[in-house]
Amino acid sequence: MGGHLRGRLVKDLAFKGIVCLFAFLSLLPLFLILYYITKNGIAVIDWDFLFHLPRPIGETGGGVANAIVGTLMLIVLSSVISIPCGITAGIYLSENKEGKLSNTIRLSVIVLQGTPSIVIGIIAYLWIVAPLKTFSALSGGVALSVMMLPVIVKTTEETLKLIPYHLKEASLALGVPYYKTILKVILPSGLSGILTGILLSVARITGETAPLLFTAFGNQFMNINIFKPIDSLPYRIFYYAMSPYPEWHSFAWGASFILVVLTLALNLIARGISAKWKTRF
Amino acid sequence: MDNKARQVPGNTDRSEKRFNLVLALSGAFIVALLAAILVTLFITALPSIKEFGLFFFAGKVWDATTETFGALPFLVGTLFSSFLALIISIPFSLAISIFLGEYFKEGAVSTFLRSAVEVLAGIPSVIYGLWGLFLLMPAVRLMEMKIGVAPHGVGILTSSLILAIMIIPFSASIGREVISLVPGDLKEAAYSLGATRFEVIRNIVIPYARSGIIAGILLALGRAIGETMAVTMLIGNSNFLPTSIFSPANTMASVIANEFAEATGITAASLIYVALVLFFVTMVVNIVGTYVIQKLSIESSKEVS
Repeated sequence: MGGHLRGRLVKDLAFKGIVCLFAFLSLLPLFLILYYITKNGIAVIDWDFLFHLPRPIGETGGGVANAIVGTLMLIVLSSVISIPCGITAGIYLSENKEGKLSNTIRLSVIVLQGTPSIVIGIIAYLWIVAPLKTFSALSGGVALSVMMLPVIVKTTEETLKLIPYHLKEASLALGVPYYKTILKVILPSGLSGILTGILLSVARITGETAPLLFTAFGNQFMNINIFKPIDSLPYRIFYYAMSPYPEWHSFAWGASFILVVLTLALNLIARGISAKWKTRF
Repeated sequence: MDNKARQVPGNTDRSEKRFNLVLALSGAFIVALLAAILVTLFITALPSIKEFGLFFFAGKVWDATTETFGALPFLVGTLFSSFLALIISIPFSLAISIFLGEYFKEGAVSTFLRSAVEVLAGIPSVIYGLWGLFLLMPAVRLMEMKIGVAPHGVGILTSSLILAIMIIPFSASIGREVISLVPGDLKEAAYSLGATRFEVIRNIVIPYARSGIIAGILLALGRAIGETMAVTMLIGNSNFLPTSIFSPANTMASVIANEFAEATGITAASLIYVALVLFFVTMVVNIVGTYVIQKLSIESSKEVS
């Protein structure tokens, strides 16, 4: 009997050990990735790298200034397109919990969120690049905004759902019209959650490459015209990584370092906002 | 004065109507967007659908010069690499789910692991590709030389490994959620009968959370199928039917990424046909996965109340 019990306890301990081992083994790639990006990235990054344009192969020096500007422009473009629509659709869903339209919207949001980024790239190509006959920052922004949209809708809906009903009742009881209640009472109390959602969705699209392959395309020069092709950090990384030149490979690591710092910073800020500003009810 | 008093409610009424209309329109816009995506893909793929029909999925040859297009190599490449990635990732994601959902629900270790997994999920795909290209690929090549197969380095195995790393956070976070949904009284009942923690996990927690865990794995599969950049960089870009886990191949997503920019006419239509199929597959996987998870969390919230 004692042997049986010991066997069970040993099994229990062994299982816990295996779970811990596998859980922490899966962090190994993360640390390896961060280690190599930091090691290879910092070696390349200097003043030149951040503030100069890429030079043709053979010339030393040069940087990724155009890619940084391009990425920022794409973020602004896609935010401008997706945030208003995303927030209003999120409000609609939180205000209409049941109903045919709400359910259809929810289903569409799920499907949109799962749509492969490359498919969205093709769509933006067909909708904007093909009619305008040129790759453009605008088409890249549209592609990325389609990726942002479902995230914003979902987080807005979930945030506003958590706001207690008596807040709304109190406002309505004071005679405030319904739409003002939503805009002045419900929306501000959910602001931190919505802002978190927006930042997370921006973090998500900052590193996207696939939708930009046939839309924003890439550009060796500085460009701020939204109807012209534009460079971006992820595209530059892809382009440099697939090139046969070791010097460009090291540039890819440098660009990766900037990109990772950017996305991690966005994630951290988002979490900081949701932790600090969270309205508790 | 009287006039004004009557006007104000009228104005509010109109603004209210307008406000509601804007809300409903932006909601409807999302539905329309999805429908437009579907219709656009279908219409632009039509020449290829007409030409190849359903034999598209049986054709083994993808050749732009003779304009013969069969998507079987990419279907096989996608399924092969995704399922392999899934199998590699399951022990790890399950371990993380149990670790965070059962063993260490709170505390510094748990916070650390959870944040690390979140960081893993936040790293862009292209960076996984870069890392895989310069570190994973040489390692795989070395291994291939040791066991005596053609040392491509790139291929299905390499992309499955990187895919596995990329999808661990997704199935792990869903697994953690469903495992922490398991009602405490069920577990306590088992403990009171003298079960060890392992026995509770095996006989109570896992069976209870099973459908949710499977749904999480399904959603991870959806991601693996649609994942583009890292795979494009590591799979070797070969349009032939893969013969082993070491052979270079192409997935549905990677062939689009590689060839769409230069494609015209029937080649472009065929690539869009591939995109349409990819869209449908991920749509079905996502809807089923989300539905299962929703059902599970509704059930457990009923049990608590």
